Amino acid sequence: MIRIEDLHKSFNGHAVLRGITLEIAKGEVIALIGGSGEGKSVLMKHIAGLMKPDSGRVLVDGNNIGSFRGGYLKQLRSRLGFLFQGGALFDSMTVFENVAFPLEEKTKIGKKKIRERVLEQLSNVDLSGSEDKFPSQISGGMVKRAALARSLVTDPEIMLFDEPTTGLDPVTGLAILKLINVIHEKFSFTGVVVTHEIPRVFDIVDRVAFLKDGVVAAYATPREFMSSSIPEVKAFLAGTLGRPDPDGPDFFNPVGSDRTAG
Amino acid sequence: MELIRRLGAVVLLHVSRMGVMGLFLIKAFFYAVVPPIKWRRLLKQISFIGFQSTVVILLTSCFTGMVLGFQGYYNLSRVGSEAFLGAMVGLSLVKELGPVLTALMVTGRAGSAITAEIGIMRITEQIDAMELMGLNTYRYLVVPNLLAGIISLPLLTAIFDVVGIFGGYLIGVKLLGVGVGSYFGVMSTYIGMKDVLEGLYKAVSFGILINWVCCFKGYYTSIFTGFGAEGVSKATTQAVVLSSVLVLIWDYFMTGLLY
Repeated sequence: MIRIEDLHKSFNGHAVLRGITLEIAKGEVIALIGGSGEGKSVLMKHIAGLMKPDSGRVLVDGNNIGSFRGGYLKQLRSRLGFLFQGGALFDSMTVFENVAFPLEEKTKIGKKKIRERVLEQLSNVDLSGSEDKFPSQISGGMVKRAALARSLVTDPEIMLFDEPTTGLDPVTGLAILKLINVIHEKFSFTGVVVTHEIPRVFDIVDRVAFLKDGVVAAYATPREFMSSSIPEVKAFLAGTLGRPDPDGPDFFNPVGSDRTAG
Repeated sequence: MELIRRLGAVVLLHVSRMGVMGLFLIKAFFYAVVPPIKWRRLLKQISFIGFQSTVVILLTSCFTGMVLGFQGYYNLSRVGSEAFLGAMVGLSLVKELGPVLTALMVTGRAGSAITAEIGIMRITEQIDAMELMGLNTYRYLVVPNLLAGIISLPLLTAIFDVVGIFGGYLIGVKLLGVGVGSYFGVMSTYIGMKDVLEGLYKAVSFGILINWVCCFKGYYTSIFTGFGAEGVSKATTQAVVLSSVLVLIWDYFMTGLLY
C-alpha cells in the first residue's frame, strides 16, 4: 500500500532523513517512534505529500506521490486522513461545522445526510452533545477526538496520526489509543502513528519502525522490537521505559489487545 | 569578497521572495476568475473589510474634510481666492486623500487582521489540514479577501469623498462664511467624472495591493517571518508597514499614469 524508498530530506544543510526505506501493507498500522528531532513528523508529512523529498520516493499503490500535481494530488488526499498533533481544528467553526466541512466541500451529499454522518462520527468518538461548542471551549482530549472524527468522516483508506496523545493526561491518552484501535477494527484503514507513547502504543500496532540518525534502525513487530538486540533499540527502550532490562517480564498491556502476540 | 558574497546572497533572497510574492498574486487572480467562488466567505469578507470599516472611514473622512476646510480657506484667502474652496477640498479628496487615506485605514483595521488570521491558521496547521482535505486554500483564504478588497475599497472611497466634502462644507460654509452656492458651484465646475474615476481606479488598485500583501504575509508566516506567536506578530507588522508604503509608492505611479 505505502512504500518509501531511500528518502532523503535536509533543512538548511542539516540532514534529517538520510535514506528511509519502509513498507506498510494494506490494513496494517505501524508505530513510528524515535527520539525528538529524528524526523518522524517530517517523514509523516512526506507520506501525506505536504513535503517534497530531496531524493527518494514515496509510493502509494505503486504511484510516486512526489510526482503528483493538482487533481492527482487531490485524489490521493481524498483517500487520506491526518490527525495533527494540535488537532488543527478550524477555530472559527463549531465542532459540528469542523466535522461537516470536508463533506460539505468535497462531496455532493445533502445537508440531512451530512448531519446524520457527522452526528454518527461524533458519537463514535464519544463527543455527542458537544457539536455546538467551539474548539476553544472544549478540552485538549476533546479537540483530539473531534479532529479524529473530522479526519475519519470521509472514510479514508490511509490514516496518519501525528502524536495523537501528546499533551493529554494518561487516562485521556489511553482513551485516544483505544479509540484508534476500535476505529481501525471498524474501518480497516492503513495507519501510521507517530508517538512517544511507549509501550502503550505497541498494543494497537502491527509493527514498529524505530528512527535513529535519519534511518530506520529497526522495523519489527512490537514483541520482536521489545526483545531486539540492536544496541540503539535497547538504549532507547531503557531510556524510555526507565528500566535497564527490556527483555524482562511482559510489559503493561493497558489496551487489552492481543496484537503483540504476533 | 566576503562582503560581496553576503550582499549577493541577500539580493538573491529578496529577489526570490519577490518572485514567490508575484506568483502568489498570479495564482490568486487565476482562482478569482476561474469558478467556483466561495460566495459565503466572499460576503463575510465584504462585510469585514467594507461594512465594518465604515465608522472609521466616516470619522477620518469628516475630520480630513474639516481640516481641508480650515487649511484651504486660510491659504486661499491669502491670495483672495477663498471662493475656490469647494474645488480645492473636492479635488484633494476625490483624486488623492480619499483613496489613499481609505487604503491606509483599511490596512490598519482589516489588513492587519487578515494577516493575523491567516498567520494563526498557518502556525496551527489549519492550512495544512485544508490542503490535506484536498481543498484549494487560495479559494478559501486569498480570493475572497482579494475580491472583497476590489469591491469594498471604491465604495469606502466614495463614502470618504462625500463625507469629506461635507466636512469641508461644515467648516467653509457654516463656520467661515463661504457661500453655499460658491462652495458647490466651483466644485461641480472644476471636478469632472475623470477626476472621480481616477480616484476610484486608485481605490481598486489599492484594494488589490493591500490584500495581496496582507494575505501573502499571513500565508507564508512560518516560512518567511518565523514560527509561533512571534512569527505572526512579525508578519502582521511587516504586512501593515509594507502595504502602507506600497500604497503611497503605487499612488505616485498611478497619479503619473492617470495624469
